[in-house]
Amino acid sequence: MRGGEAIIKALKEEGTDVIFGYPGGQILPFYDMIYESDLKHILVRHEQSATHAADGYARTSGKVGVCVTTSGPGATNMITGIATANIDSSPIVAISGQVATSLIGNDAFQEVDMIGITMPITKHNYQPNTPEIIPSIIKKSFEIASSGRPGPIVIDVPKNVQEGELKYYEKDLFQTPGYNPNLKGNIKQIRKATELIKSSKKPVLLVGGGVIIADASKELKELSNLINAPVTTTMMGKGAYPEDDDKALGMIGMHGRKAANLSIEECDCLIVIGCRFADRTSCSLDNFNHTKIIHIDIDPAEIGKNINIDIPIVGDGKQVLKSLIFEIKKNKYKFSNNWIKKVIRMRTDYYPKLNYDDYPLKPQQVIKEISEVLNDDTIITTDVGQHQMWMAHYFNTNKPRKFISSGGLGTMGFGFPAAIGAKVALPEYDVISVTGDGGFLMVCQDLATIKEYDLPIIICLFENRTLGMVYQWQELFYGKRFSHSKLGNYPDFIKLAESFGINGEYVKKAGETKHAVKRAIKSGEPTLLNITIDKSEALPMVPPGCRLSEIHGEYKTEKP
Amino acid sequence: MDHTHETINKVKIETQCLRTKEFKRSDRMKSHIISTLVENRPGVLQKALSLFTRRGFNIDSITVGESETEDLARMVFIVNGDKKILEQVTKQLNKLVDVIKVRSLNPEITIKRELCLIKVKVENEQKRGEIIQLTDIFKGIILDVGENSLTVEITGNPSKINSFISLLKGFGIKKIAKTGSTAIERDV
Repeated sequence: MRGGEAIIKALKEEGTDVIFGYPGGQILPFYDMIYESDLKHILVRHEQSATHAADGYARTSGKVGVCVTTSGPGATNMITGIATANIDSSPIVAISGQVATSLIGNDAFQEVDMIGITMPITKHNYQPNTPEIIPSIIKKSFEIASSGRPGPIVIDVPKNVQEGELKYYEKDLFQTPGYNPNLKGNIKQIRKATELIKSSKKPVLLVGGGVIIADASKELKELSNLINAPVTTTMMGKGAYPEDDDKALGMIGMHGRKAANLSIEECDCLIVIGCRFADRTSCSLDNFNHTKIIHIDIDPAEIGKNINIDIPIVGDGKQVLKSLIFEIKKNKYKFSNNWIKKVIRMRTDYYPKLNYDDYPLKPQQVIKEISEVLNDDTIITTDVGQHQMWMAHYFNTNKPRKFISSGGLGTMGFGFPAAIGAKVALPEYDVISVTGDGGFLMVCQDLATIKEYDLPIIICLFENRTLGMVYQWQELFYGKRFSHSKLGNYPDFIKLAESFGINGEYVKKAGETKHAVKRAIKSGEPTLLNITIDKSEALPMVPPGCRLSEIHGEYKTEKP
Repeated sequence: MDHTHETINKVKIETQCLRTKEFKRSDRMKSHIISTLVENRPGVLQKALSLFTRRGFNIDSITVGESETEDLARMVFIVNGDKKILEQVTKQLNKLVDVIKVRSLNPEITIKRELCLIKVKVENEQKRGEIIQLTDIFKGIILDVGENSLTVEITGNPSKINSFISLLKGFGIKKIAKTGSTAIERDV
């Protein structure tokens, strides 16, 4: 067995059934070895897409996503995707080719120091120097990527190591004694938290992506019901709690829902689970409601990093919530429902307006129509920018792992390839890629991929011919000097899709989106919907540095 | 023009803010000793250092060497910062897969030592005698005697070394090589 074959064997033993990749010089031996293997390979059209697809695969399925590229430019093209996965705690294993060990350091053709480059943006990285070490490295990589706070791992495999014969196939050649994530929360801290919750009058739950990763939605719901607390989420936490529920206030933050932001301002006990208090969530660390805060997170470094915490609990969200529920039940604490009643009223009063019959189309109306056609199992991926915030704000996600978006890094070009990964991971579910004209054009080459592999993804392209978010900021903060944020009239996205053999449809009026999406789902083929929206539509927002309640811009609600 | 002025003002304000922030921080700035047990593999030091640069932590010194256990090395960082920074440094170091143990040492019971080699100018016999005498007092060792120079080794805590260096300054120091502090706690 050679090194490359060992990679394939070890990947399969870890449960990998598909990899996303793009071949090149230094990874050729590996590609020669998968030629005859039954490991499925999806050829994307840009290495960045490979990482985003692996990321989308991981986020929707909960399994580790794998991508493969060559050395040098192939490897560096993965950087954006790796950094995206790192900040959003997504488990991917990125394998890059490398020049032969004898050439490393010689500035050989397509040589780049991938280990050095990826150190700050990975959870860990490896460069095997013998073929024998490969199986152990793959095993460890999967273990580290998927446990604790998940994250990306880079394995940089020199060409001669891919080609070298293994003397033996052994999977435990080394240990990682320094890696033991703490899963079980400290019971003393949990008891303290129980007391604090009991003494509070206005508790609010703030849920981040950690709850989805920990698969703790059921426990979250139980806790919310038990203590009569409303649930707010960060963008990454969307779907952890069904947003159609009365107690769900939606997303908080810079573009959060009014009811959610106000509840955070008003609460007297904030229970935070799996959230890192990013600046887009808190808006201002100084002006954030300094009430009593319980912070549950698996990563101790996140606790107290941005905001001072009263009761820190380090542990896995699911396990800690279970113990917390157990303690509350054991003590038979009773919780009043005055607060939750008030919150539910607030939710109805400030429920954002979705119905518009304007021309040009309002994004709210489009989102309303999209959600009417879909069921709770449909996977939505978004790109980054205005359409992403509209979706996060107006669209109700009811199940975990169904709203996939680039959070921390805000990577334009993420959404469409992530949809590829999602569709490959879960072909039985409808996958919709909601995207903007700016971000989509960055990765539109992968229309070839979805055509080639017949992946019936529906692309809902919000076309406003501007880089909407930039445009909005320039309007608000830069004196309407729209520097390089207008995209012009080209391309015609439908013609672009057609050239890839993909069906397209223009959507311009209220009521059309619904039918177009329905038709696309029914066709079972990849489809691009060019939805022309009003470019002057902006989002209500909390400017950086302000309190969460200081929402600028008109906040239109359903109730007049 | 107006716009340029605006931008300049903005930048000025931002710098001012930064300065006050720094000032506020330095109020509680203290030097901390962090002792870290790591796997003795290539790249580990780089990983730890890249973490310091990325998070903007200030390091005064680092020493690395083999530890009592085979395959494990001990790194000692002297870090400047307030309590919050110290907490983040230890937590972030702990997150590195290659890092096995991180401890912030209690300065009151910690023995801190560094080694310093100094090459000092010798103008005449009398000066030579004086330098040898000073070295003796500071429990240093003369390592090399040249025609016009002496090389002295001295170990101790940083303040002892600094006062020795300032004494030698009058003779003319040609070169200094320092190791940075390493440290260990006393058994109490």
